[in-house]
Amino acid sequence: MTTKQLTTVTVNGRVYKREVEPRLTLADFLRYELHLGGTHLGCEHGVCGVCTVLIDGRASRSCLTLAVQADGAQVTTIEGLRNRETGQLHPIQQAFVDEHGLQCGFCTPGFIMTTLELLGDNPDPSDAEITEALGGNLCRCTGYETILKSVRLAAERLRGGRLAARTSA
Amino acid sequence: MSPGRLPACENPGAGRIQVTDRDTKLKAAPFDYHAPQTVEAAVALLQQFESEGVDAKILAGGQSLMPMLNMRVARPQVLIDLGKIPGLDHIRAEGDTIVIGAMATKRAAEDSALVKERQPLFHAATRLVGHRQIRNRGTVGGSFAHADPAAEYPAVALVQDIQMKAQGSDGVRTITAKDFFVTYMTSCLEAAEVLTEVRLPAMAAGTGWSIQEFTKRDGDLALAGVVVTLRKAKGLCDDVRIAAFGVNPTAVRLSAAEAALQGQAPTAENFARAAALGAESLEEPIGDVHASPDYRRQLVKVFTGRCLAEAAARAT
Repeated sequence: MTTKQLTTVTVNGRVYKREVEPRLTLADFLRYELHLGGTHLGCEHGVCGVCTVLIDGRASRSCLTLAVQADGAQVTTIEGLRNRETGQLHPIQQAFVDEHGLQCGFCTPGFIMTTLELLGDNPDPSDAEITEALGGNLCRCTGYETILKSVRLAAERLRGGRLAARTSA
Repeated sequence: MSPGRLPACENPGAGRIQVTDRDTKLKAAPFDYHAPQTVEAAVALLQQFESEGVDAKILAGGQSLMPMLNMRVARPQVLIDLGKIPGLDHIRAEGDTIVIGAMATKRAAEDSALVKERQPLFHAATRLVGHRQIRNRGTVGGSFAHADPAAEYPAVALVQDIQMKAQGSDGVRTITAKDFFVTYMTSCLEAAEVLTEVRLPAMAAGTGWSIQEFTKRDGDLALAGVVVTLRKAKGLCDDVRIAAFGVNPTAVRLSAAEAALQGQAPTAENFARAAALGAESLEEPIGDVHASPDYRRQLVKVFTGRCLAEAAARAT
């Protein structure tokens, strides 16, 4: 018998309180407790990167994190990216659409969350930096070339967006 | 659990994933969970469980432990999470020592200007650990305590005289790298002892260094790798230190190769001779599905040569 733990996690800005078994992973917490199915699960031992979410702003494997470890943390998942008011896709999501950065789409949430952290840290990454950052995410469809293009396009648009915001202000 | 059986989830909260009887959302075997607020409380818990014969494990970043739990290779009855203990994640200078709290993440070490400037070898080793997502959560202390023979840190610890500070019921002790790593996945930490700090001497000015490894995929554990530091005295090799990892139950110093280079000219010929000597002197390397013992020995020879050349080029 294990004692359930009261766990409070802020996911995409909303606070959730749940009694959970300590062995529940954050990935399964998101999927089964919060019904946020956008975070996918592949290998469940930290190799494929598809379960990547941001924990306190850092890209992390939600299959290698217990829900109880995320107690008190801010978690961002793929569901948190779309603009809530306009329904518009996040520029990174739109870039993946425009550059065909996905085929079956299974790995895409992981790639996009990893890209989100990368472009936050480094708005103008070199190809080598993009490749290194994406090294922890596997894709079996695209051959990665279109994913690289997507990240480049997203970076360009985000930089442009920032510039535009600055000049209009 | 097959994702194919899950209905699509369009918007937050819109999709409802149906859990069928055949699905299980719990991967690890059951365990109890404690998140003490102080190291003393963690030690007390470990002591209590040890005396009760309960198998308790420490959880740091979980990047090695969680796969073992998910696959039920490890089935501890209790996990003691150090994540709620404040003040264990510092990275600071104390004179010529860089002190890294056991719960500092590898990402923090990677981003630390102090580590990068004063212990560039440790910094380079950190960047070879896993992927960014792993380094974002995996801790420096966790890697040391895990004592994986294929990990980079133990080899760096051996050549750089890194010390480990651990707290137990009898107080605090400092452990040298040579004593700390015992064998496969085994450190000398007692059952009721918590690693609290890793202490790195700042690298002496002019020291040349190199770390190179072979992995099948980027971010994997190394099949084999080598770490070298050396100094130059009047243009000749001095204080050469070489360690290999991924080949024996712990990282090992290649003392025969080190001795062969002392006072010798840093030439390609001498490096090749020392590399051959170092590889030859290894105890029978690990053999597994990924690489035979002979192949690992060959990797050590090649990387020793390359590391020596790179370190010599960096030494001033």
